[in-house]
Amino acid sequence: MGRRAKNKQPPPEPLKPVKNAPSKSSSESAPQGKARTANAQTSAKPAAKRKAMEMEETSFDVKRPMKKSKQDVKAPVASGKAAKAQKGQPIKDELESSESEDESDVEGDSDGWEGVADGADLATSKKSLFQGSDSEEEEGLSALEEDEEMLGDDFIQGHKIQDLDLSDSEQDDEGSEEGSEESEDEDSDAPVTAKNMEKRSKALERRARQEEQEEVDEQEMLQKQAEEAEDAMELDEEIDGFVLPSAEEREQEAQSGGVDLAVVQKRIRACTRILNRFTKLAEPGRSRSEYVAQLIADIAYNYGYNQFLAERLFQLFTVNEAIEFFEANETPRPVTIRTNTLRCRRRDLAQALINRGVNLEPIGKWSKEGLQVFESSVPIGATPEYLAGHYMLQSASSFLPVLALDPKPNERVLDMASAPGGKTTYISALMQNTGLVFANDATKARTKSLSANVHRLGCKNVIVCNYDGREFPKVIGGFDRVLLDAPCSGTGVISKDPSVKINKSERDFVLLSHLQKQLILCAIDSVDPKTAAIVVYSTCSIMPEEDEAVVAYALRKRPHVKLVPTGLEFGKEGFTNFRGKQFGESLKLTRRFYPHVHNMDGFYVAKLHVGKRVKTKEGERNEPELTGIIDDEGGQKGAKKKGSAQDEIKFDDEADQAYIEAAKRKRLKQKGSHGATSKKVAL
Amino acid sequence: MRPLTEDESKAVFTKLANYIGKNLVHLIDRPDETYCFRLHRDRVYYVPERAMRLAASVARPNLVSLGTCFGKFSKSGKFKLHITALDYLAQYAKYKIWIKPNGEMPFLYGNHVVKAHLGRITEDTPEHQGVVVFSMNDTPLGFGVTARSTVDTRKLDPTAIIVFHQADVGEYLRDEETLF
Repeated sequence: MGRRAKNKQPPPEPLKPVKNAPSKSSSESAPQGKARTANAQTSAKPAAKRKAMEMEETSFDVKRPMKKSKQDVKAPVASGKAAKAQKGQPIKDELESSESEDESDVEGDSDGWEGVADGADLATSKKSLFQGSDSEEEEGLSALEEDEEMLGDDFIQGHKIQDLDLSDSEQDDEGSEEGSEESEDEDSDAPVTAKNMEKRSKALERRARQEEQEEVDEQEMLQKQAEEAEDAMELDEEIDGFVLPSAEEREQEAQSGGVDLAVVQKRIRACTRILNRFTKLAEPGRSRSEYVAQLIADIAYNYGYNQFLAERLFQLFTVNEAIEFFEANETPRPVTIRTNTLRCRRRDLAQALINRGVNLEPIGKWSKEGLQVFESSVPIGATPEYLAGHYMLQSASSFLPVLALDPKPNERVLDMASAPGGKTTYISALMQNTGLVFANDATKARTKSLSANVHRLGCKNVIVCNYDGREFPKVIGGFDRVLLDAPCSGTGVISKDPSVKINKSERDFVLLSHLQKQLILCAIDSVDPKTAAIVVYSTCSIMPEEDEAVVAYALRKRPHVKLVPTGLEFGKEGFTNFRGKQFGESLKLTRRFYPHVHNMDGFYVAKLHVGKRVKTKEGERNEPELTGIIDDEGGQKGAKKKGSAQDEIKFDDEADQAYIEAAKRKRLKQKGSHGATSKKVAL
Repeated sequence: MRPLTEDESKAVFTKLANYIGKNLVHLIDRPDETYCFRLHRDRVYYVPERAMRLAASVARPNLVSLGTCFGKFSKSGKFKLHITALDYLAQYAKYKIWIKPNGEMPFLYGNHVVKAHLGRITEDTPEHQGVVVFSMNDTPLGFGVTARSTVDTRKLDPTAIIVFHQADVGEYLRDEETLF
């Protein structure tokens, strides 16, 4: 850094009168010394360190062309002193004497600085002093130090040669520069000449650097120790005073209407720590499950979840990760927008929005359309660009299923649950307004905003309809691609909609996963049976029963379907098993996204490849079977579905009876073989 | 969903002709695909024939929209252009007007265009002519009807209205409930 600066330096100033020298030196050295002390005192801040070093270096570099003036020489001396003082070692008499020597030298040097110089001499003599004191004080270190010095030597020499190339004015001979430690020692006694000037200054510099390094090391060590001690203390503090409340105590607590949040938070921390190192830290005689139960209860209380959901979410993660996840749900995810490529390019949009006072950046390498908004002085959902359909407000996670779907121009695509149209319009944009997109949504009210968005973004290839998704293959089939962003519990978007925390119960999950299973089969059946097609299943839930279980179910029910890689380069692999349920190895190909890992909404994406049906007739026979199975645990919905299915088929019941009986027997047989797993998954 | 009757077509085409004039033929004779107008629940949609055929399989109560909505028929049989038709109007517009950045927001809130906000205007625009309103960077913002001809606007004072507001893209937010 300083090396270049050196070349730009103005010619050196004339030497100051001698008298001023000491005072000046002190003034110059003061900040450095201060910096160093500050450095040493406070926890080693790298920035400060660097600054101090820079100051020193530049000061050296500045003066080098014209020989060392006292100030430079003084600086390391003073700083060295400060350092010594810092170390709490007595400043030696020698030091003081050297000071006085210094001054006398300075005086002498003023007479004729050309011939002999000044401070370098002092410094070297001082250095020898230092070395003496060092060896006295830190005998153990000395050997090591020397090694370091040698290293430093080599390093500096390398630099020096470069230096010489740069500045011709300095006509030092290289031989003397190559001097090692010993020759230097010799030099220290010898008078300072123009010849050895450079070398001496170098030596000084090296000295200073080395000292600094030592200091830094020391500081680091100290800091480390302090940290450890603190850690231990904290640990002790948290765990020593911590006694896991017994069941009665907990009940009492619940009855009295809960305790202070601070206490609960402390308890969460303690429990987390203990669960991480259970064998070491746990109270003897208490089981892991007790701690877990307490932790879950506290999490539910602290973050405002109902007990059931807190437990279910807790089971998904390791203890630490779970805490991270719950924390992440308290903070909002970044606002992201998607450029509507039908209307404009991302660069132009970014420019236009920046001009309106929006601070934004591309969302990441994985998306060419996404922009992340950091702050905005205007409402981002009401700018003229927004109204003109140049972009869509859309969370980062909802890009993913469309990227996985990868629609191509001139295809026929179905979006089964599409409102408010973020994904639909993205599909349309990727297809460049060709082909055809069927955007379906089951809620009439939501189709309004859906078609508003479709029109605003200028998607002309979209047909909006309002059906229950389960009716779909009957309405129209033969799609090339189907996107099913299934209705879900929304456990991935708790930061957006905190009501999920309390209003979800066991029954909701059962009903939702039932609905999702029906929907995914309908989605699979809606594709063109003649051509190979893609179905993407996604939810904004992170519950395995809404994600992997549904996909696994579809894989079992539709043998011609198989999982393929989603084409998303990040995200965690789907579960292959979860709490005793086996989903199958291929579920690894699906992707999970978490708020605390990817800083986007919790999301799940699975990409299914629907091949040609092997046995068309048999495949269709599966349908009533499915409703039957779901009927077992699903409740009325399944029954209704079954009824409607039977009405529509309108076969001769008596003739069918035999087939139905046969199918039943077959099913029972199947259940016998791998009934256990299927039952579990279906749950 | 059904084709337009004679009267309906006449109402729609006269309205469109007010904005795009003879370019109307480009909407009907397209080089790429056959497009058609379809009436569905009072609304007129402009849609490729291929898409229309597929949309026929969606039952009438369940069909919400297809292709591009151009506007709706009022109960009295008049045709009203909607902002959703803006894409095509902007593409084929005969007369255009550009408004300055400080006039954008007032127009997007549903106000008429005053002369102070006028940036550019097509030469020889007659009075009471349908015009498409653009921002200075050529983003279509809506459409309206001129209050004065181009020549006459020169004499007006800055607060005088020069374009009567008909529709603007702000309606996507304001009238989402009634628009669709």
